[in-house]
Amino acid sequence: MTELNISILEQKFQEKIDNDIKIEPRDWMPDNYRQTLIRQISQHAHSEVVGMLPEGNWITRAPNLRRKAVLLAKVQDEAGHGLYLYSATETLGADREQTIDDLHSGVAKYSSIFNYPTVSWADMGAIGWLVDGAAIMNQVPLCRCSYGPYARAMVRVCKEESFHQRQGFEIMTTLAKGSPEQKEMAQDALNRFWWPSLMMFGPNDAESKHTEQSMKWKIKRHTNDELRQMFVDATVPQAELIGLTIPDKDLKWNEETGHYEFGAIDWAEFWEVVKGNGPCNKDRIDTRRRAKEKGAWVREAANAYAEKRRKRKAS
Amino acid sequence: MANKEWPLWEVFIRSKQGLSHKHVGSLRAADADMAIENARDVYTRRSEGVSIWVAESNNLFASNPNDADSLYEPSDSKVYRHPTFYEVPDGIEHM
Amino acid sequence: MNALFEYLIRLGDDSLIIGHRLSEWCGHGPVLEEDIAMTNLSLDFIGQTASLLKYAGEVEGKGRTEDDLAYLRCDREYKNILLVEQPNGDFGMTMMRQFLFDAYRKLLFERLVNAKDETIAAIAEKSLKETKYHFKHSSEWIIRLGDGTEESNRRVQDSLDTLWRYTSELFYTDAVDAELIAAGTIPSMEGLEEDWEKSVGEVLSEATLTIPTNNWKQEGGRKGMHSEHLGYILAELQYMQRAYPGLEW
Repeated sequence: MTELNISILEQKFQEKIDNDIKIEPRDWMPDNYRQTLIRQISQHAHSEVVGMLPEGNWITRAPNLRRKAVLLAKVQDEAGHGLYLYSATETLGADREQTIDDLHSGVAKYSSIFNYPTVSWADMGAIGWLVDGAAIMNQVPLCRCSYGPYARAMVRVCKEESFHQRQGFEIMTTLAKGSPEQKEMAQDALNRFWWPSLMMFGPNDAESKHTEQSMKWKIKRHTNDELRQMFVDATVPQAELIGLTIPDKDLKWNEETGHYEFGAIDWAEFWEVVKGNGPCNKDRIDTRRRAKEKGAWVREAANAYAEKRRKRKAS
Repeated sequence: MANKEWPLWEVFIRSKQGLSHKHVGSLRAADADMAIENARDVYTRRSEGVSIWVAESNNLFASNPNDADSLYEPSDSKVYRHPTFYEVPDGIEHM
Repeated sequence: MNALFEYLIRLGDDSLIIGHRLSEWCGHGPVLEEDIAMTNLSLDFIGQTASLLKYAGEVEGKGRTEDDLAYLRCDREYKNILLVEQPNGDFGMTMMRQFLFDAYRKLLFERLVNAKDETIAAIAEKSLKETKYHFKHSSEWIIRLGDGTEESNRRVQDSLDTLWRYTSELFYTDAVDAELIAAGTIPSMEGLEEDWEKSVGEVLSEATLTIPTNNWKQEGGRKGMHSEHLGYILAELQYMQRAYPGLEW
C-alpha cells in the first residue's frame, strides 16, 4: 500500500473515531492502534488472572461458608474476565498462548498491585473495596472504548464487578464495627493497600507516554490523574463513614476545587514493583507458570482424544 | 501436538425462550462437548442463558468490511420496503 | 444418638470437604476455562454444605448454625468419607476422585428425592441437578484422559489405583441408615452399589482404564476415623474461627 493510501485510510479511521463509530475486528486500523490495544487488553487480562492469586490465598481460610462462597465467586469472576479479555485480544490476531507466554517470560506487564502480599483476612476487604474500586474507575469509561470487542467485554466485566467492591466494603465495615483486634486488622489493611491502590492509575499525566495518543483514539477517556482524583474523592468519605483513617497526613478537602488534596506518591516504589522487585512478583509469575506447566499433559491429552474421535467418526 | 493450543470457539447464547441466540464471546476447548460445558461455566454464571451454540471460529465466514459500501448501501435507497413510505388516509387506524 | 442428625452430618461433611479440596484449585487450573469450571463445582458443594448442615443444626435443636458445625467441631466429629479428603494430586487425580464420588452422589440423590423427609427431598432435588452436571463433566474428563495420550492414560490409571481403596466406603451403612430407612425417613438404598459399579464401569471401560484387582478397602470416615490429611484441611478451614473465637466476619 502506498503512503498516500495509508494516510487516507488513517484519516478515515480517525473520522470514524471522532464520530464515535466503533472499530470492529476486520475493519482497517493503523498498526499502532492494533498494537496499543493488544498491549493494553492483554495487560488487563493478565491483571485479572494474576489478580486471582492474592485473594485465592485466603479461599481455604475464609471465616465462614458465606464469605468462602463469595470469595470463590469473586475470584472465579476474575478468571472469567481474564478470559473475556483474552478473547478480545484474539480478535486482533493475538494468540492467547503467545500472550500468556509473554506474561510468564516477563515481557508483558500486569497491574503492580497484585505483587503485594495478602497477610490477613482484612486484606480481602481492602482489595475488594480499594483495588476493585480503583479498577471500576478505570473500567467504566472503557465500556465506551472505540474498539468494539473491548468495549463489549468491559460492559460485561463492569456489570459483573458491581458486587466485588460491595463485598469488600462489607468485609471492611464488619471489621471496623467489630472487636478492637478486628478494627486494627482493617486499619492495617487500609494502611498497606491505600498507596498501592493510588498507584494503580499509573504515572502522573506528565510522565505517561501513552495517554495522549490513546485519548485521541478513544481507547482512553480520562487521564491517569483525573481517574486517581475521582477515586480519592469517592473513597475518603467511605473510610470516614466506617471510622477508618486514610494513611496520608497531607490529605485535606479543598473547598475551592471541590476535591481532596493528597500527599505525594512514592513513585520510586511504583517503578521498582513494575520492574519486578515487588514483594510477590516472583511468586505470582512462578505460580502461573507452574499452573501452565502442570496442565500441559492435560491439554495435550484432550487434543489427542479429540483427534482420535475425529478419526473414528471419519472411518 | 505437545504445544498445540485448543481450537477457538465462538459462543452464542439464547438468553430466554423466544429470543435468538446472540454472540457473547469466545473460548478455547478441545472438542464440542467441552466447548459447550466451558461456555456454560464461563458465560452463564449469572443465569444469562437457556441454550448455547458453539462453532469453531475457523468455520465461520465473514463478509469483508471493505465491501460494506457495495453490500449494504444499495438497500438504503429502497425506501419503499418500509411501511412509512406509504401514505394512509386519515381515519384508517390499523394498517 | 440422633440418627437424622448423624446422617445429615455425613452428607454435609462430604460436600464440605470435597468443596474445600476443589477450592484449592482456584487460580491453578490447567486452563482458565477449567479453573472456572472447578470453581463452579466447589460453589455447588459449598451451597449443599450450607443446606445440609443448617438442617442438621435444626434437627439437633441445640442452636448450632451451619457455620458452627462446619467450623467448630473437632477432627473426630467430622463424618465425611475418606475419599473426599484425599489430596488433589494432579488434575487427573482430582477428576478421578470427583468422578468416583459424583457417580455415587448422583445415584444417592436420585433416591433421596423420594425421601419422606421433605427437607431432605428438597435438598436432594436441587443437588441432583447440580450433580448430574458434575458427573457428566468428570466422566467426560476421565474418558479424555484415559483415552488421550500414553502419559495421560498412565497418570489417570495411577489415580484410579490409588483411589479405588476408598470406594467401598461410599456404601458404608450402619444403624444410622437402618433406623432412618426403617422409619421411612429416607428410602431404601437397595441396588445403589450395583448401579454405581455399572455406571462407573461403563465410563472406565470407554476410558480404556482397568479396575484394580486389589480389593483392599479403607474405611473409617463415617465413624470419625480419618486419614492424616483431614487435620491439615481443618487447620486451614478453622484457622480464623479458632484464632479469633466468637467474632462476626
